[in-house]
Amino acid sequence: MLEIKNLHVSVEGKAILKGIDLSVQPGEIHAIMGPNGSGKSTLSHVIAGRDGYEITGGRIIYQGEDLTGLAPEIRAAKGIFLAFQYPVEIPGVANTTFLKEALNAIRRYHGEDELDAMQFVKMMREKAKELGIPEDMLKRAVNVGFSGGEKKRNEILQMAILNPRLAILDETDSGLDIDAMKIVAEGVNNMRAPERSTLIITHYQRLLDYIIPDKVHVLAHGRIQRSGGKELALELEEKGYAEFGEAAA
Amino acid sequence: MTTEPTQLQPFVESFDPARSGLPGAGLGWLKALRKTGIERFEALGLPTPKLEAWKYTRLKPLEDTRYQPVTDEDGMAALNTVPSLLPDPGGRPRLVFVNGWMRPNFWIVGDLPDGVHLESLHDVLETRPDWIRERLGTLAGEDDSSLVQLNTAMMDTGFVLRVEDGVRVETPIEVIFVGGLTAHPVAYSPRNLIVLGKGAEATVVRYHVGLGAGAYFANSVTEIDVGPGALFRNYKVQAEALEATHIDTVRARVARDATYESFSLSIGGRLSRNEVSVRLEGEGAHCALNGAYLMRGSEHCDNTTQIDHLVPHTTSREVFKGVLDDESRAVFVGRIVVHKDAQKTDGYQLCKTLLLSTGAEIDVKPELEIYADDVKCSHGATTGQMDETALFYLRSRGVPEALARNLLVQSFIGEVLEEISDEDVRRAITDQVVHWLPAACYLAEEWRAE
Repeated sequence: MLEIKNLHVSVEGKAILKGIDLSVQPGEIHAIMGPNGSGKSTLSHVIAGRDGYEITGGRIIYQGEDLTGLAPEIRAAKGIFLAFQYPVEIPGVANTTFLKEALNAIRRYHGEDELDAMQFVKMMREKAKELGIPEDMLKRAVNVGFSGGEKKRNEILQMAILNPRLAILDETDSGLDIDAMKIVAEGVNNMRAPERSTLIITHYQRLLDYIIPDKVHVLAHGRIQRSGGKELALELEEKGYAEFGEAAA
Repeated sequence: MTTEPTQLQPFVESFDPARSGLPGAGLGWLKALRKTGIERFEALGLPTPKLEAWKYTRLKPLEDTRYQPVTDEDGMAALNTVPSLLPDPGGRPRLVFVNGWMRPNFWIVGDLPDGVHLESLHDVLETRPDWIRERLGTLAGEDDSSLVQLNTAMMDTGFVLRVEDGVRVETPIEVIFVGGLTAHPVAYSPRNLIVLGKGAEATVVRYHVGLGAGAYFANSVTEIDVGPGALFRNYKVQAEALEATHIDTVRARVARDATYESFSLSIGGRLSRNEVSVRLEGEGAHCALNGAYLMRGSEHCDNTTQIDHLVPHTTSREVFKGVLDDESRAVFVGRIVVHKDAQKTDGYQLCKTLLLSTGAEIDVKPELEIYADDVKCSHGATTGQMDETALFYLRSRGVPEALARNLLVQSFIGEVLEEISDEDVRRAITDQVVHWLPAACYLAEEWRAE
């Protein structure tokens, strides 16, 4: 699904990622943990194709294709989804409209018929219900006036509607209380499928109590320092990131 | 060595031969008014950036172009369809002017309620000379700007709306000024007068639209008198031709418990200036002065506004939003004067600009002058570029870049369009904004025409 080989990335001339190697197979959930400033968010943004990140070495191979140079919308159409740490507010554009246009853009890319308003709303309502998202949140402007928890749930709703192959959750647990986190985790678990892979980027172990990862990687100083099974997350919870030099980071 | 005399010459020279053909030529008082106008104009000269009020706007096209009077041929230029802003009028009142000339065959004035008088300036000068004599020039008088003086001298077209006490006009009245259908540069000077009696209500939409590519100079002046407890909505869309110079002066006075609401959309014209002043003269008077400007190429748009709070307990709200692309320029000057006795004034002003290109430029100048001590006044101004994070957010969901950019412009402008209280007009103005957006335009559902 995703093969990252010796990836080096600079932002405004400063090296952030210094040789990342990562291999995610279809159906797997990987957690990437690490101290603040380790490059976790950079990794998620560079996979999704954000401008301003310069790949100075290495490659990102997704479903056998090098992603370098592809626009974010093309990556989205190919099945990559990034749940934002800080979802963006877009006044004046209804959540429903935004999601319908996004889904139809992806459908157009694949030569599929667009969904009309009726079909879309029906589908969106079903997904929203599963995630405990009230109807009025769908009608309101994108993320405007949403609480932190509502914004994160809205990200998971978008994921459920766009049905990606590779989902990246960037610090989705930050700012969530336990109840909201359970709902988010349930949403992610419900989407677990043999053809879908998930990358969970997080500072804390607690989300991983609810979403059990197949592999855990520790990212620090722009490199994967250690990889292991889910028990590695528990170990980090106990010992912190001291051995990876958080104080120095 | 000054070059001003040669710049004024064409305007001044054209005055004498034209005056006998101008409306109301037989009226002595009007002759005198026009004469004072041209003399004042000559004395003041064309505004230059040396004047504080014109610091950021230079009237270069007026310096460089020799505009000619509108001929019969220009005024009667063929018009296959009327470029109406509002949907199919279906009896909706409508006036049409082409290159400044009245085209009564396109007018619809039949269905107006009793007590509403919508006429041309020509007709009112003939039928009610004494009535108009008392009102013309009272709000835009001889101490006003030089371009108002020029208009007073040359006023050759325009309309008069008179709504009697307690009469309400439900549908918006549309006044269409078509320009650009000439082979040579022309100048015309509409002079409009709007008088609402006690408790009256009316909505006027002025649509200044350019067809064809001709250069022209439209120098409009509108005087508006909103009587006690009356409500007047003054909407304007300026979609002038590429080579047009559009000067629009509005002078309004708002009486006790009356409301003046205005919205001005500027989306076309090489050089435009909307100069609006509103005097809140009676307790409980309120004004909402809003607008949006979307410019590209090398267009220049200036919105200079002044609100005078003259008595206690008056309120004003002012929101302007701009979107500037390419090498376009815009100016926003928002002056709010709270006079000495105007206690309990409540004033709010906001100006936000979105720059889509590094070559675009905005000059914003909020000016609050407060001489009373118990008032609430706030203002804010922001200028920024498109939010790259928001753009990435939309694109990361699959929305193509060009469409995502349009969506964010719509999102930005949407807030100020909410200020338009008439629903039909809001929809019409929203459509104009959508048409302005680059081709391959992405229309979110709520922006699509029904």
